Amino acid sequence: MNIVVAMKQIPDLQQIRIRNRKPILDDVALTFGNIDKNALEAGVQLKEATDSNLIVVSVGNEALEDTIKEALAAGADEAYLVLDDDLDNIESSASARLIAKAISEIDDVGIILFGEGSGDNYSGQVGSRVAALLGLPQIGYVQYINLNGNKATLIRSLEDCEEVLEAELPIVVSVMADINEPRIPSVTQILKAGKKPKEILELDIAGDSMLETISNLAPEMQRKQIQVKTVDELVQVIKAEGLI
Amino acid sequence: MAGILIYSDKNQLALEILTAGKLIANDNGLKIKAVSINNDEQAEKLAAKGAETYKIMNPELSLSDTAAMASALLQVTQKLDVDTVLLSSNRRGKELAGRLAQLINAGCLTDVKSLKTENGSIECVRNVLGGATVAVQQVISDKKVIAISPKAFKEAENEVGGSINECEVDIQTSGIKLIETRDKTGDSVDIEAAEILVVVGQGVESQEDLPVIMEIAKKLGGEVACSKPVATDKKWFGEERIVGLSGKICKPELAVILGVSGQVQFIVGIRDAKAIVSINNDEKAYMNQIADYVLVADLKGILPELMKAIG
Repeated sequence: MNIVVAMKQIPDLQQIRIRNRKPILDDVALTFGNIDKNALEAGVQLKEATDSNLIVVSVGNEALEDTIKEALAAGADEAYLVLDDDLDNIESSASARLIAKAISEIDDVGIILFGEGSGDNYSGQVGSRVAALLGLPQIGYVQYINLNGNKATLIRSLEDCEEVLEAELPIVVSVMADINEPRIPSVTQILKAGKKPKEILELDIAGDSMLETISNLAPEMQRKQIQVKTVDELVQVIKAEGLI
Repeated sequence: MAGILIYSDKNQLALEILTAGKLIANDNGLKIKAVSINNDEQAEKLAAKGAETYKIMNPELSLSDTAAMASALLQVTQKLDVDTVLLSSNRRGKELAGRLAQLINAGCLTDVKSLKTENGSIECVRNVLGGATVAVQQVISDKKVIAISPKAFKEAENEVGGSINECEVDIQTSGIKLIETRDKTGDSVDIEAAEILVVVGQGVESQEDLPVIMEIAKKLGGEVACSKPVATDKKWFGEERIVGLSGKICKPELAVILGVSGQVQFIVGIRDAKAIVSINNDEKAYMNQIADYVLVADLKGILPELMKAIG
């Protein structure tokens, strides 16, 4: 069986600087979102438990060929990539179409894992769109997965309750951050990552735009930034402001 | 625009997005339509607020089966000639949004925190780049799915002219079986409603410090919240206390931030606080730059002092 994890290359959010309220993305390193790393770890654990093959699928600009080593080092066996510099900032609908296309080239897919939202846009659409495109059942916001042959038992975490669910494979799942703690790859794993197979897919990336961004600015945050020296001084000033 | 429909699994959220739906419907000279699924009470509430309400009552349709739910909503949009669907951006709503958008070939925006409607356009405001920026976006495809954050709108007012109609759809189950629904073991704290928040970050080194932090929050009349790693990695608190992009977006009068470095996904959850205090042993912590009052100090030493001072 093949287990698929879809991951999104994003700018390292800690490195984004703001100038004149505009985000500066030049020279910002690329990485994967944190919840995507949870999805990958979930895939690694399922692969180990079921002796399966783990394939990471990703769509992004040319730098992805390098970024993907992170995922290969952390336990993916191979990668299916769609690379094009025009794939920066693509919309969820386009991303889903390409990921679904890539997955359809893989045989014997048992489970397709996503993070519940990407680190940058956090729109949470792509997993659901891919499930619809592939005509597969889906379960989102999952914090527990157990595979037993062709059957999966999962727990979906909603705001006010948990659902214990059973499904037959294949299935699309999105995971929450608290499902696991992603392992840190060892030096040998990092060294081996470069040699793992990468399938570069040539897909037609053209598609209709469905969204328009009118503006994208950092919110104005004017804070006093007053340094106080002691706890007493702190309590005095917040009392004086009527805050407590 | 041909027609606009709202749906949420939660009664409260359905009434909130009804308010947004009415704004859009009025702007387009349309009447707002609503659908309720296996929820008589919700259908009555929506009708009382003026919505032309369609109720689907069919025990075969399970809310847990997102594929079946999306298929049911697809059929409703076709029957009612609807091209714009508003959903709630809670977990069920977000999961449904992407699937429904794909089925009806719609552009989709989720986690919309406010929207403005003018001359047929719907300008949506949402966080992007992990919350580093706030974008105004609109769906330009003919079909539109928009998922609106909880509390973004007030509950709709009572209005005459609503109705309740039966609606039947073919149920296409995807084989997902609900074995059991369990209550969450976590507490029922509502950090979004708190006027004062004391927020625990990774700079709080020991779990032994939590009782005194809880006590401080109690004395201030507030609640304790935390940054994401404190809940998901350290597991000191449940997820209901997480502040940030994938947790709660809070707007307290006062936020006392203890040992949070200030990653962008955290900041987005607290930047609308009226006043922010940051206590951190790292002078250079980014959190300090967006605080009103900054105390650079070792947290362990400061906590008993703080408790005494607010006495």
